[in-house]
Amino acid sequence: MAPAFAVFKREIASYFATPLAYVFLVIFLVLATSLTFYMGSFFERGQADLQAFFNFLPWLYLFLVPALSMRLWADERKSGTIELLLTLPLAVGHAVVGKFLASWAFCAVGLLLAFPLVIAVSVLGTPDYGVIIASALGALLLSGAFLAIGSAMSALTRNQVIAFVLTATVCFLITASGTSLVTGAFANWAPTAVVEFVSGFSALTHFANLQRGIIDARDVLYFGSLIIGFLLITALIVDLKKAE
Amino acid sequence: MVPMIEAQALTKSFGGTDAVRDVSFSVHKGEVLGFLGPNGAGKSTTMKMITGFLAPTRGTARVCGYDILTQTRAAQRRLGYLPEGAPAYGDMTPFGLLSFVADVRGLGGANRKKRIEAALDAAQVRAVVHQPIDTLSKGFKRRVGLAQALLHDPDVLILDEPTDGLDPNQKHDVRTLIREMAAEKAILISTHILEEVEALCSRTLVIARGSIVADSTPADLLRRDPLHGAVVLAVVPAARAALLPKLHLIPGALTVAEEGAEVIVRPVPGREADLLANVTQAMRAENWPVTEVYQQRGRLDVVFRTLTTTARAPVPTTNAPPRAA
Repeated sequence: MAPAFAVFKREIASYFATPLAYVFLVIFLVLATSLTFYMGSFFERGQADLQAFFNFLPWLYLFLVPALSMRLWADERKSGTIELLLTLPLAVGHAVVGKFLASWAFCAVGLLLAFPLVIAVSVLGTPDYGVIIASALGALLLSGAFLAIGSAMSALTRNQVIAFVLTATVCFLITASGTSLVTGAFANWAPTAVVEFVSGFSALTHFANLQRGIIDARDVLYFGSLIIGFLLITALIVDLKKAE
Repeated sequence: MVPMIEAQALTKSFGGTDAVRDVSFSVHKGEVLGFLGPNGAGKSTTMKMITGFLAPTRGTARVCGYDILTQTRAAQRRLGYLPEGAPAYGDMTPFGLLSFVADVRGLGGANRKKRIEAALDAAQVRAVVHQPIDTLSKGFKRRVGLAQALLHDPDVLILDEPTDGLDPNQKHDVRTLIREMAAEKAILISTHILEEVEALCSRTLVIARGSIVADSTPADLLRRDPLHGAVVLAVVPAARAALLPKLHLIPGALTVAEEGAEVIVRPVPGREADLLANVTQAMRAENWPVTEVYQQRGRLDVVFRTLTTTARAPVPTTNAPPRAA
């Protein structure tokens, strides 16, 4: 795994070598907190929890995560560095995992920087820390799943904008399949089993489960298999399309 | 002795057409093999296959005895590669890039520091070691790519157009560097700069439309120019007509032709030195009104053009014996 760690280190350094990291973190924190306080009615709800924060997170991730993942492979292809990278003695899998973990760690840093909200609720009341931890885990898994999808989409093209749009679309589809908009469209005519299946496919449903404070193996498995599945797809695409 | 680079019938098809067809050759330690060919002839594609970036459609390659298809990592550990255009991560500094490559290659401890220093010195990038690569000139970028390839002191170096974009002084430096390393390594360089082949390579492989059309030494290639060894005389106009029949009779002369103010005597192949001696001897003995005389060398660009534009099928190659190593 040493080569994967080398790739991880390089990626992290490259985030902070450009304004990308700072812009991303600032925008993420500003949006996340303003959504929490203004649209989430943090104070008006009068409850010492972070529901207001976590409820908006999937929709925030929907366009911020693709912005983070779009360069993962598209940039390597465009600048030709993929040839440098993949002729070094490392497996494609190492490069895929190293890059993914770097972007995931970066997302985790963003989430971690929102911790003043935890302080705020513990000053205002006595929050259920279990719920907060489970929700944070859910957010982390959600961002991981989005990043894995983004990594695969980025490997498909040398154009970062295309990678962004593809990722946002796929992430939207797996998020929205749990909203009443989609389940409602099925509910009128389809058997309950189908509605359950469509909704069970949704990242939102599984995220909501974790938000209730229950860490269920099925929810973790759902995100875990999304991450692993899309990383395998990434490795496959990189290997097949590296020369184009 | 096992060749350090061995290509065996490498073939790469893109959408049904062969970009590279049945390319076989080997490079031994101490050799600098020049890969010569027009743009799009398949030089880079061949290099991409040898370095394990592209999987060949057919055939395989071996680096230090390791098969690039089945023992990819082992082969890649032993080669240094400068890809075409010297791509590098623009947001990194040369030092950062070398550290990254050292990490991936598993260089550790005192050796790591020593190797990074040595590569920086060899490629002469010390002056810009902490500047982002994006801000560097083309010449520096190329040399950063070279430093990266040299980092682990590999037995095999594969350099795709190492001097492209460098000024004459930098070209000279890079060539000197390659020449210095040549004895200890097997080096494959691609170029379309003809003078480079003469200056640097112990053997030349000419490739056109995906196939090898010649495999010989640069000196041998020069001999394929029909005008190689031709003796050119500048003769006073009034005396020219009288001189032509005499030149025909000189031993070693094949043809005599008038071109402007000059008379060109082509040699019978293999008698180039002979011809010059005979012409000058006759000239002095009979006191010809000649104002200038010189012997022409073959020109690589003529040979290159002939080889790469006329040959439809691969012509028989004259294999140079591998140099003793």
